[in-house]
Amino acid sequence: MGRALAIAWKDILIEFRSRQFLGAMLAFTLVTVVTLNFAFDLDRGDRTSDAAGALWIAFFFAGMLGLGRAIALERDRGTLEGLLLTPVDGGTIFMGKFLATLLSLLFVEAVTLPVFAVLYGLPAWHPWVIALAIVGTVGFAGLGTLFSAIASSGRTREVLLPLLLFPLLVPVLLGAVQATAIVFQGERDGILAWFNLLVAFDVIFVTLAYLGFSFVIEE
Amino acid sequence: MNEPYLQTSGVYKRYGRQVVLRDINMNVGVGESIALFGANGAGKSTLLRILATLARPSRGTVDAFGEDAWKHRESVRQRIGVVGHQPYVYPELTCAENLHFYARMFELDADEVVPVALDAVGLSNRRASAASTLSRGLLQRLNLARAILHQPPVLILDEPDTGLDRAGRQVLSRIVADQIGRDGAVIFTTHSFEFGLEMATRAVSLQEGGVSLDRSAALLSTDELDRYVSTPVQRIAE
Repeated sequence: MGRALAIAWKDILIEFRSRQFLGAMLAFTLVTVVTLNFAFDLDRGDRTSDAAGALWIAFFFAGMLGLGRAIALERDRGTLEGLLLTPVDGGTIFMGKFLATLLSLLFVEAVTLPVFAVLYGLPAWHPWVIALAIVGTVGFAGLGTLFSAIASSGRTREVLLPLLLFPLLVPVLLGAVQATAIVFQGERDGILAWFNLLVAFDVIFVTLAYLGFSFVIEE
Repeated sequence: MNEPYLQTSGVYKRYGRQVVLRDINMNVGVGESIALFGANGAGKSTLLRILATLARPSRGTVDAFGEDAWKHRESVRQRIGVVGHQPYVYPELTCAENLHFYARMFELDADEVVPVALDAVGLSNRRASAASTLSRGLLQRLNLARAILHQPPVLILDEPDTGLDRAGRQVLSRIVADQIGRDGAVIFTTHSFEFGLEMATRAVSLQEGGVSLDRSAALLSTDELDRYVSTPVQRIAE
């Protein structure tokens, strides 16, 4: 685990110094949330489902910007080979990349949620929303890290990544939107079922990605 | 006699229909410094990538330290140091930070090994400089420092003299000499015959994917080596 943390710390330090993606992700999320707020000119009762959808669309599309970088940058610079030449297995490299991506996405979400709460007048800081954001993002980051590695060797990776990733993320997106809409409506029935579904997807996705990462990055 | 560190048996490598390496049988023994010569496209880098466990042979086997190199690649990587065409360093990090990161990957005491590696390549005074600010030659020195950080028994160096000035080449020569002196081994490629023969104890030439020469470096002249290295196509062009 120490080596995975070292990889994650290295990625975060590089992002902090280069500011290549975090700023772009943040700007994209905020612009999406603000724009959709103007687009949904509905009364409060009707906008809860739309607002939940808007929130998660903003998170997922902004996340795509960050995911593209997870492996592609290492591959372009040749440093992926440098990593492979160290005595770490693919699973450890996956965990490092996954953690760095997860923390970046959670940071963007932490900044976005208060803005969303003010604009939409909805309880975006509710503990359930935070819990759903975390479990939804774990699945997204886990599967996204694996697929960014798959797509990174192709010339059309910017197109390939969403094409590969989104069909598989549909259950996560549906579950997250549904559960968030329930919280926004001020109800509690059914949240736990959606939450458990998201946790199950997280466990499956992250485990499969951990086990399969070596096959993707090694020749 | 000591077992060779690395040994290839009937190694072939294909990319699609193109055969890049054919029937490579060679070993890298204790205390050897092997210069691998060959024209562009002869298969030198591919052979080094296979020895470094970055590529898998299409046919044949590579044994490293007595075990199948590909099957046990994680433990093999603990015992090899590799310099490739790209520097394997992060431009946003300083020289010291880059080496600290790799030291953690090898589970080494970074505070102990990083200053030693920086000193060995003459970069102690640039430890706090971002890698992005280094010249091509200094970047290559940092690349060398990364490769020797964990003091591996075998160094695999693909054109390590690229971009190095005279002082840099002296650093490289010293690293190779130290490696041989402590019963390690080095296999490297270079396009400089003079430099290669000076650093090597053994010269191997590849021609169109096969070994065309394998001889003691002391018994070779650059003119003789040229006959084995140049491909027929190049000779016609010349």
